[in-house]
Amino acid sequence: MTVLLELRGVSKTFAGNRVLKDVDFDVRPGEVHALMGENGAGKSTLIKIISGVHAPDDGGIIRVAGTEYKAMTSRTAARGGIATVYQELLLFPELSVAENIFLGHAPRTPLGSLDWSLMRRRGRQLLDSLDSHDLDVDAKVGTLSVANRQRVEIAKALSQNARVLIMDEPTAALADADVRRLMVVVKRLRERGVGIIYVSHKLPEVFELADRVTVLRDGALIGTNPIAEVTEQSLVAMMVGRDIAQLFPKPVPNIGEVVLRVKGLSFGDRVRNISFELRRGEILGIAGLVGSGRTELALTVFGITPATAGTIELDGRTISITSPRQARDLGIAYVPEDRGLQGLVRPMSIAQNVSMAALHRVTNGLFMRFAAEISLAAEAIARLGIRTRGPEQIVGQLSGGNQQKVVLGKWLATNPRILIMDEPTRGIDVGAKSEIHALMGKLAQEGMAIVMISSELPEVLGMADRVLVMNGGTSVATIDRANASPETVGAAMTLAGQSVEMAQ
Amino acid sequence: MSTDVAPGFVAKRSAVARFISAYGQELVIAGAIAALFVLVSLISPRFLSPNNLNTIISGNAYIAVAAIGMSMIIITGHIDVSVGALIGVLATISGTLATAGYPVWIAWTLPILAGIGINAIIGALVAYGRIPSIVVTLGMLSILRGGLVSITGGAWINNLPPDFHLAQQRLLEIPVPIWFMVLLTVGAFLWMRHTAFGRSLYAIGGNIEAARAAGIPVERRVVQVFMIHGAFAGLATVLFATQLRIIQSTVPPNLELTIITASVIGGVSILGGTGTVIGSTLAAILFSAIGSAMIFINVSPYWLRAVIGVLILITVLIDMARRVREQRSAKR
Repeated sequence: MTVLLELRGVSKTFAGNRVLKDVDFDVRPGEVHALMGENGAGKSTLIKIISGVHAPDDGGIIRVAGTEYKAMTSRTAARGGIATVYQELLLFPELSVAENIFLGHAPRTPLGSLDWSLMRRRGRQLLDSLDSHDLDVDAKVGTLSVANRQRVEIAKALSQNARVLIMDEPTAALADADVRRLMVVVKRLRERGVGIIYVSHKLPEVFELADRVTVLRDGALIGTNPIAEVTEQSLVAMMVGRDIAQLFPKPVPNIGEVVLRVKGLSFGDRVRNISFELRRGEILGIAGLVGSGRTELALTVFGITPATAGTIELDGRTISITSPRQARDLGIAYVPEDRGLQGLVRPMSIAQNVSMAALHRVTNGLFMRFAAEISLAAEAIARLGIRTRGPEQIVGQLSGGNQQKVVLGKWLATNPRILIMDEPTRGIDVGAKSEIHALMGKLAQEGMAIVMISSELPEVLGMADRVLVMNGGTSVATIDRANASPETVGAAMTLAGQSVEMAQ
Repeated sequence: MSTDVAPGFVAKRSAVARFISAYGQELVIAGAIAALFVLVSLISPRFLSPNNLNTIISGNAYIAVAAIGMSMIIITGHIDVSVGALIGVLATISGTLATAGYPVWIAWTLPILAGIGINAIIGALVAYGRIPSIVVTLGMLSILRGGLVSITGGAWINNLPPDFHLAQQRLLEIPVPIWFMVLLTVGAFLWMRHTAFGRSLYAIGGNIEAARAAGIPVERRVVQVFMIHGAFAGLATVLFATQLRIIQSTVPPNLELTIITASVIGGVSILGGTGTVIGSTLAAILFSAIGSAMIFINVSPYWLRAVIGVLILITVLIDMARRVREQRSAKR
């Protein structure tokens, strides 16, 4: 069988630090080759060597369509038909779909001017071949959803006759329905003989799509196997280097009295008439598609967008929450969906971030007590297993999973009774993920009431004692753990989905 | 994993290394001032005469004092381009009160109160009116400058009472402006570093949404920091208005830019969230020393602004490069 791309003995050293060690890797035509590993395992470095962003150390060989290279450049990569769809999409929001697809290699008329009609027609064909008949070639890219922008990126890669397509966590920011559409696109590309390098943390996707899977750990190649020869357990074990006994380690819950009762809560038309109860020691999962109002519900309970109608009862007392400060003082904590936006102050140290919501614990009247602040951070580092040089390390330097733990540590430092976690494990690696799940289970067992919002159905089903399903801003079902299955929850999530889309 | 080590504190850096990394910009400027003094004094020993040192440090102390408040504003993620006009207006108020026969302590304190009041309005418009601070202060700049020229016609105030000239007095042989500059700088530095208030300003400048979610009263803090900045502008006015025999009832040209520049070169990131007031005070001294040095080595002082411009660009480039490096090391 011919091979589109082959790497032999490729290494990479950054400032004396060997981040990729003697890795072999290849891509065949018409296959999806999944590339997996924890954050920092070397996946991104490998991709960047293939696409010509980084030059590897001497000694390795890269062979593209029969030609040998010591190092790729972006030019040789393009000539060899290698294209990348990056995690953060590199498109121009003010230009149209067609212009973005053909930027830099637009078709020209014999006079040398841009051939707009050909550009639009070929753009149309490309999008149609990706089953994106609804995507307008004249729309401004800035107005498109993330999923549609990604299709434009893929079309852009195909317009350059890509033979090898690198997809770096393509589903990280997508809702479930868009993930399924993307999978169809990937399968179609495979049928056309494109070799796809598919980087993902999500096991179900990998099992559905991949033909082979390669696992990296700490920069070393752990193995390349046909997908039929691995299981979820064995893949996870390969990635983290130890056995994870259970993907969702949930201890037996110890559910007590109702602490939070929400009745008819609304915020404009984003959150409509939501009622639920939350008990001590309970994990309430909130499932729903992106845009179903889950995050908006959390923001309303936490006072960032105060409720426009409805009541909130805490321990039986009716309260009104109009600011995050008030919510915090009532013992409510919110670990946000976007840790960059509402979670971390990146230029600050771990200690400064951890103490931020609990400054009263580290001041005496007026002045900061730095020793108390450091020990508060040390406590969080030990409790959450944050991998760091120390409490004074700047959080911007940590990996995603460790940053998430810092945000969690910040809120645990307030000693909350109610913890709202919005996408607690998005974009973090398998090892850190299972640590966070274990911690959630433990916190609940200690009596904390937890609301967990998640787009990942397995996470909801694995962790929640009860599942509240939201759809179009309202709650459509509450399903207890015994009855929660991918079918019941998934059906409730998508049931009215069509009518919602039509309403817009 | 280059930065991520096992849980716990491995590879703890020495206190010296931490100090250098935390106060890098301040150390660089202090070094630059020292180097400048050594070099210029080799060419012209009179550069180090007490008289000249007094001119360099004392004569520009008001810029350092105003830059303290400006640094706090920029750390919080805002900017004030009206401070030069404000100092012009407050100086005129101060001089007018003094020549009208009011006691000098009123002529000294009223501008400070007026500075606090005017900046309370700016802060409220920024925090509660949700208008970007650059827009609010541009408006305030026009109002203050236009109002001042219209009312005074640009007349000069002289016949100031002799006891009005606070900036010309000495305490323990040291000029009063130097006392002001040193005590206010040290006090503000400790305040910013050691209080929850100071910490909340860094948090707001670093990530306003995260600060708000953490329960920091963002709007109130923004108004407060503008009021503090107004107080520093008032204090700077007292030093500025009382150092000469006359007060020109006009806005000192480019004063706001000099003040903002001192903050930025002093290591306060224009994007907010980092920096100290010690850096801005050192930078104000550095400008003044460069200006004086140019006279001593016979370079036209008009080059001063160009030199400062080069310093700004270098500082911002270094700041940007540092941010890029931090982001790179975060993600691989």
